[in-house]
Order: sequence, then C-alpha cells, then structure tokens
Amino acid sequence: MNKIHATATEALDGLLFDGMQIAAGGFGLCGIPELLIDALVESGVKDLSIASNNAGVDGFGLGKLLETRQVKKMLSSYVGENAEFMRQYLAGELELEFNPQGTLAERMRSGGCGIPGFYTKTGVGTVIAEGKEEKEFDGQTYILERGIVADLAIVKAWKADDTGNAVFRKTARNFNPVAAMCGKVCVMEVEEIVPSGSLDPDSIHLPGIYVHRLIQGTHEKRIEQRTTRKQEEA
Amino acid sequence: MPWNREQMAARAADELQDGTYVNLGIGIPTLVANYTGDKDITLQSENGMLGMGPFPFEGEEDPDLINAGKQTITEVDRTSYFDSATSFGMIRGGKIAAAVLGAMEVAENGDLANWMIPGKLVKGMGGAMDLVAGVGRVIVVMDHQNKKGESKLLKSCTLPLTGKGVVDRIITNLGVLDVVAGGLAIVELAEGVTEQELRDATEAAIV
Repeated sequence: MNKIHATATEALDGLLFDGMQIAAGGFGLCGIPELLIDALVESGVKDLSIASNNAGVDGFGLGKLLETRQVKKMLSSYVGENAEFMRQYLAGELELEFNPQGTLAERMRSGGCGIPGFYTKTGVGTVIAEGKEEKEFDGQTYILERGIVADLAIVKAWKADDTGNAVFRKTARNFNPVAAMCGKVCVMEVEEIVPSGSLDPDSIHLPGIYVHRLIQGTHEKRIEQRTTRKQEEA
Repeated sequence: MPWNREQMAARAADELQDGTYVNLGIGIPTLVANYTGDKDITLQSENGMLGMGPFPFEGEEDPDLINAGKQTITEVDRTSYFDSATSFGMIRGGKIAAAVLGAMEVAENGDLANWMIPGKLVKGMGGAMDLVAGVGRVIVVMDHQNKKGESKLLKSCTLPLTGKGVVDRIITNLGVLDVVAGGLAIVELAEGVTEQELRDATEAAIV
C-alpha cells in the first residue's frame, strides 16, 4: 500500500477529466489544498464543477482556477471575496449553486457515508427550498437535500502517516474531512508525512481509508484578514 | 440619543445567558463579546471551533486559526476544534443557545433577510441559514433605519429570505422589540428615545 507520491501533478495522474466534479476542503484560505490547486491549473483540465465552501480570492486558492476559466460551476456558501468570480458570474460565464454552509458540509458527509439524501430545516421558506421535496416531521417542515459523491476530493491536512491517517491543525480542519469522505478518490496534501505508528491512534481525525494518494509539500498559508490587538490590552 | 454601535452590542450581551454556547455574527454582533462581563459564555465559530478567544497579539497570528469572518483569532483553555459537518450538527441540532446576527430587513412575522440583494450583492448566505434554522434564540442587532431613512423593520421582507419566522428579538439603535403574535412588541426604548419616535421610524405593526 504505497499512497505517497512525489509531486501534486504525479498524485493527480490519471484522475482528471473534463467536466468532472471535485470536492475541495478549506474555509476561506484556511486549510486549502494549495499544491493540488496549482497542479489542477497546470493540468489544464476544464469544465470543472467544484464543491467548496468558498472560491478563494483573486490570484490565490481556487481563484487561480477561475482566472484560467477552468471552472464551469461552483457549489459554495460564500463567494464574497473574489472579484473575478463576481465578474464571471454576473456575465453569465460561471454557474453558481448556493448551498447553506451546514447543508454543503452535510451533503459531503452524507454522500461519503452512502446516504443519498437527508432532510433539514435549513432554508425552508427561502429560495434554497425551491424545487426540493418538503416533508413534515413532528409538525415541522424540512426539505430534502442530496448527498454529494465527487469524482475527486482534494484536501489538506497537517500531518499524515504513510497510510493516510491524518491529523488537522486548529480551524484548518473545517471542510477537509467531509470533502475527503465524499470523493470517489481522495488526494491529500500535508505539511509532513510521518511513519505509521508515530501518530496516536486515538487522535486520528481522518482514518486513512478515505485517503488514496498523499503528497508532502510547503504551504504559503496566506492570511485573509489579519486582525491583531495591542499588548497593553492584555 | 439613540444607542451607538457599542451600546447596541452591550444591550445584546445582556441577552446572553450564563453558561451557554453562543454564535456571534460579523459586524456589531462581534462586539458583543466585549460586554459579556462575568458571565461564562463559550463562543462558537462555525468554521469549526468552540471557545473562541480575542485577536492575537501582533506577530502571533496563526493562518490555521481564524473565525468565520476569516479574521485571525486565538484559542482559550476550553477550546475544541472540529470539522464543518460536526459544527453545523451542533447548530442544526439546537445545541447553540443563541445567535446574534446583523440584518438588512426583519419582518413583523420574524422573517429575516440578510444575505442577498438581487443584481447587486451576490456573496452568499454562508452559515446564516443554518444558524437561524437551528439555534435556540435568534437575536438581530441592526440600525432601525437604512441609510435612506427607511425602516428596516417591515410588514414583509422585500429581499430574499434567510429564514422564515426565525427572529425572536431585535435590538436597534432606537430600542428592543420582540416578535410576537400580530407584530412587534416594544420591550425597551433607548435612553432619550420616545415611543412615538420609535413608532414613526417603524413600518412593521407594533402591538
């Protein structure tokens, strides 16, 4: 079982095709699979449908794939940080399916768990409910949302052992575990690959069964909103 | 004098119960954290954290540690981290006692609009729809009127909804109102604001 690949491009070899659906981890620019996104840009694969909470910013993260016009559709909850996204969307060049953030996360989780749909209160009575089955449970209305099974998941973790058992760091975990779970194939990039046996089995955040290919690399980890306080406020 | 932003935040902080888990939205709601006093409140950040601390000292920012507004923050002793599905599980599952949110419009039946202006603002709802559908109590903090001087408390919302009949209490610069059967009920007036002034500034039915 060798999951380790030398580069992001090598790790994606044979997995890409035009029109495919990709689930990507990350929240804002936190915990995004930077190296795999760069490799997707390089590959030239196009007409992508990408499920990701956000769409990066201009020139970084998924914003790079928007600039090269490789994205046909985004499934996201919030895209407010990206001028190129707005431009393409308002010009009708890019499809956008808004998903409430929790619905998007649960769609990935359930899709990965073999659950094709679930009922939720989120979005009842809003545009999100349009065209969706409604059902009453205990006097409350719920709408049916579908699980997502993506052709490929691209995710980022802090550390993984060579079998793909992964540990995330702080809020960089976010969508990464559920994106990994919903991919038919999952490629993960990490800051450090460690020998199996060196991670505490009780502290694994994502079991290696969800991770098919693994790369290690250096991450820029750009900060979107740098907010600080002064020492005297302590 | 109507309340300013800080006073609105302080009034909203009075709403939070000791020993609860709370989610604060972006803008004025974020300021609420500065006014919780001695109460033991644990802040949730829906990107996957319970126990949110203040902004870091300069030079101590961690790109792996941000809040839902993508701002760098810190952890506290009780902090836990989790994935997005778990985060919204606790939101949708009713474990979060209250959410304090900003709004563009609130209707007299508790409808809330705060995510989209068609043709203009297409940013997305983020976690707002899940929060208003799931948390115990939804408290809106916003200016009573928009920049044109029009009431933001309406008979019915004109913008696409974030949630239907979800708002419990509204704190504005003019006072505090509850969503009740038949319309809004005045709970409190900001110091120096008369009931007539508040009524004149409100389109929604006041009962």
